[in-house]
Order: sequence, then C-alpha cells, then structure tokens
Amino acid sequence: MEVRVANVRKEFDRFPALHDVSLDIRSGELIALLGPSGSGKTTLLRLIAGLERPTRGKIFFGEEDASLKSIQERNVGFVFQHYALFRHMTVADNIGFGLKVRPGATRPPAEEIRRRASELLDFVQLSGLEKRYPAQLSGGQRQRVALARAMAIEPAVLLLDEPFGALDAQVRRELRRWLRDIHDTTGHTTIFVTHDQEEALELADRVVVMSQGRIEQVGTADEVYDTPNSPFVYGFIGDSSSLPARVEDGQVWLAERPIGLSAPDVPAGAATLFFRPHDVELLDGCGGCIAGTVVNSRRVAETRRVELEVGGDRQRVEIELPIDHAAANKSRIAFRPRKWKLFPRAD
Amino acid sequence: MSNATTRTGWRFRQPSVIPGFGLTLGFSLAYLTLIILIPLSGLAWRSAALGWADFWRIALDRRTLHALEISFGTALIAAAVNVVFGTIVAWVLVRYQFPGRRIVDAMVDLPFALPTAVAGIALTTLYAPNGWLGKPLMALGIKVAYSPLGIVMALIFIGLPFVVRTVQPIIEEIDKEVEEAAATLGASRFQTITRVLAPGLLPAVVTGFALAFARGVGEYGSVIFIAGNLPNISEIAPLLIVIRLEEYNYAAATAIAAVMLALSFLMLFVINLLQSWSRKRYG
Repeated sequence: MEVRVANVRKEFDRFPALHDVSLDIRSGELIALLGPSGSGKTTLLRLIAGLERPTRGKIFFGEEDASLKSIQERNVGFVFQHYALFRHMTVADNIGFGLKVRPGATRPPAEEIRRRASELLDFVQLSGLEKRYPAQLSGGQRQRVALARAMAIEPAVLLLDEPFGALDAQVRRELRRWLRDIHDTTGHTTIFVTHDQEEALELADRVVVMSQGRIEQVGTADEVYDTPNSPFVYGFIGDSSSLPARVEDGQVWLAERPIGLSAPDVPAGAATLFFRPHDVELLDGCGGCIAGTVVNSRRVAETRRVELEVGGDRQRVEIELPIDHAAANKSRIAFRPRKWKLFPRAD
Repeated sequence: MSNATTRTGWRFRQPSVIPGFGLTLGFSLAYLTLIILIPLSGLAWRSAALGWADFWRIALDRRTLHALEISFGTALIAAAVNVVFGTIVAWVLVRYQFPGRRIVDAMVDLPFALPTAVAGIALTTLYAPNGWLGKPLMALGIKVAYSPLGIVMALIFIGLPFVVRTVQPIIEEIDKEVEEAAATLGASRFQTITRVLAPGLLPAVVTGFALAFARGVGEYGSVIFIAGNLPNISEIAPLLIVIRLEEYNYAAATAIAAVMLALSFLMLFVINLLQSWSRKRYG
C-alpha cells in the first residue's frame, strides 16, 4: 500500500510539532524516520497510524483519504516502543486479539485464529511459547510477539516506533537483520522510527532525516551519507567536522589564507566547511591547507582519531590518521579534505 | 512483571542481604499477637465458657440468625454496588479533567473522616418518610429508612472510598500505549475496556470489594440511626451484641461476636484466595 503524506501540520497546544510535511512512500518500501528527539518523527508515525489527527493536511493510503478514517478502520499494524502487550493474555491470545475483536461477519472461527497465531509464532521464531504470559518473556521475545500481533491483522502498513530502543546492543543487531528478512518475505510497506543512524542506514530502503518538525532530506543510505543537502544532515549522519570559512574569488579561505580548495559554484561570502574526518589527505608543507596543533589523540578501532586546534580562534576539528602516524601532543599537522561541502552561512 | 519473582509458594522467602530478617519477623509477629490475636482469643475464651449447647442455642437463635443475615447480606449488596459505582467514580477522577475535580476527589474521603453517627443521622433525615428523598420515594412505595434498604444505603456511603481509593492508583497506572495498541488492532472502545482494561483492574476491584465488605459487616454508628432496629427485620448483629451487653448477658454477646468473627474470617479468606488467583492470572 502506498502512503502519501500531504502538507501535514501538527500542533500540540499551539506548539507546532510538524511544519508542513510531505512524504511519498512507495508500496512495499522499508522507510526509516531518523532524527534527534523532538524532531517530530514519532509524531509523524502516530499521524500515519491515526493515533493523532493532523491540524492541517491529509494522509492517503493508496487513493483513499485515511484522514477520514478512525484508527480501527485504518488497519495499520503498530509496534510500540515498549511493546504494549496485554499482560493478562497469553502470547497466543495477544497475537489473536486483532482477529478476535472483529465484528461477527469477518471474524475467523476460533480454531482458525488459534492456527493463525501459531503460524505467526513460528514465523517470528517463537514456536511453542503460545501459553506463556508476556511477563515470562525476554525483551527481544516480547518485541517479536508485538510484531506478530501487529502482523496478524494483515495490515496495510506496518509502523514501528523505536522498535529496538529498549534492547541491548547484541539483540538489536540480531533483530535488525531479522526484521529486514521479515520485510523481504512479507512485502509489507513498513515505516519505522529511530534515532540510531546506523540502524536507519543499514536497514531502510530510504531514510527520512528529520529535524525540528521538518523533513531535511529523503534518500537512500548512499544519498544521505554522500550528498547531504543541509548542514544538519551533514552533521547528523556519520562523523563530520566543520570549520567556519569564507568564499572569495571561487576559493575557500580559512582565516586569512586560501586552503587550496576551489569552489567556483559557491557564491562569495561566509560559509561553513564540512568534511568527513576519515576523508582527508595529509600534507607535508603547508602552502594551501588546513594546519592545526594536536590536542588530543585516541585510538578508535583501526584508526587514530586526533583533535586539532586550527587557526587563531582555536576551532577544534577531528581527523583520522593511520595508527602508525606519530601524532604526539602539540605537534602540528597539515591536511586538506578530499571530499567536502560548503554551506553558506549568514553572519 | 515484578510479581513474577515474588511467587515463591509455601516457603519462607529467601532472606535478603539486608540484615534484620529475624528481628523484623519477630517484631511483626509480636505486634500482631499483641494487637489482634490476644483480644480475639479473649473473645474465644469468653464464649468457650458457655459450653457447646448454650453456645449453639444462642448462635442459632432466630433473632441472632436474622441479625447475622441482615449484617452480611446488606454488607454484600452494598459492597457490590460500591464496586460498580466506585470504579466508575475512580475512572472519571483519573481520566477526565473538569472544573472542581480536586474538590470531588477530596469529597470521596469524607466517609472516612466523618463520624459515622453524623452520617447516619444525615442519611436518616434525608430518607425518613417525611424527608427530602424519603417522601417522594415513599410515594413510589419504596421505604428506605427503617428498613434493610436503609442499611444498604448507609453501608454504600461508608464503603465508597474503600473501592475508589484502591482502584484509582491502578487506573492511573494504565499504560496509554496498551489502549492505543488495542485501537490499532481494531478493537472498539467498548472492547478495549471489557477485554483489555477491566481484567487488569480486577485484582484491585476485588481488594476494594473485600475492604468495603469488611467495613460494612462491622459498621455500627451510621446504621443504627437509619435501620430502625426492628428485631427480625432491620436489626444488625453488632447492635444485637450491644443489646446483649446492656443486658449484662456477656456470654451471649461474645457468642454472637464469635460467630461474626468466624464468618468474617471465612469470607475474607475466600476473597483473599480469589484475589491471589486473579492477581496471578491478570496481575
């Protein structure tokens, strides 16, 4: 089922949580809503589910205007961050709940509901736990039951709110791969919210990066990582360093010196230079480079990450060096970013 | 979730690393003995002095039986009524914001604080055949004051806060997400309440029922004013005990008291079993 969010605005007590958000989601896509807390990602998910009503704008499921439908009629599978399992019901009853509450005509017979619950339990790899109560399951198992419960109603869209938020790192990684498999098998249109960029980039077909109630960028993992379209996205996705710079005559200037980067397409004026710490080339002499004094050096996995103080006003940037590089404190290092981007800055 | 670890069955729970298990257990037992067990055994002792034949004669006396029936019957009905309406009151107080909510919330506690005699007199004035409510009800052929119905009214008044105050915190704890989950799965509001929320409230409701019931059985002050106290019609067991005491018939008084005690204990025990069953199942 395609989902289309058209110019949606949401206010809570006059405080805007979403400003004029539009988003097209293709059928069968796995989409991540990624952003820091307060960016409006959960609000957007709840609006799609019908748990909140938009202040303005519409949400379409296929051709139908879902804004006119109640939550019950929308037929969405929603997995809550804390699972929200019914704790007085067994696992099987939890999964069968959505079928049991259907009106008489469309409700499958009890035997069929039981069979379906059992099938779904097999599917989420929890066979044989039908009779358990949620309190008797581990966090990861509860998460799977919540997913099975949401899938039991054959939802038009599957919505997951921070699905792995409450789990430890190992279980998270495992469930992440498993969710991808499930998505590929069932083909449900799936939208999940996360603040973990690694999770979003690894799992989703497309990532929606949000900040302060707006969508900053929508794209594949490659697109948002390699061609971020705003300072926020550059700073939020992956590691980045930034320096205040200036553009003059198509050249990038840092303080009073050009640093050997040409930017013919960027209008002259103040700008911020962004680059990735690992994507720099080290230079010997400095006839057009960024030079700084090492103030801090840390070993991170297969590289050494050093913090430099650059220029008279001691701006700090991070770059990565090979581990055998002798980056002792107070030594000077000269480098130039290989890939970088300038965003104009007003000041 | 938390009570999964406390189900240890019939054995002492493992003493924790915090010292003082022996001391605290000893203190609790000594305290309970002093405050509850000794006075109650005095009661048993006193009624034992009667001898079996006399004891049964008094216990099975028509007037005694009737008084017991009235006491336990009205307490059960009142507790049942309170369970329904007390739960609704608690629900409204937790779920809705309305002007004066805090005042209503405070008012629920009034039956706790008010001297019961005052409550009894107020209710009697209201429901007496010439009272504000008594008159129109009388015209409809319903006699409230000076009948068992009046006792039920008084016990409803007395027992309400017990139900409200036990159920209220549990309603406050209901996770909003659980209701939302039920809604996304297609459950109507009614189905959400009956199938998802009510079972979670059951243990607290049973506790509230037990407290209101126990209070109702022992209630004296408010009831004697509104009941009319006609032997075999609207005479409660606690009053009968007082009557016997005033006749200096201590043996008969203790005998009735002993029967009441045994019955109360039995019923509370059953309710407790019910409670632990529902807690296990729904907690």
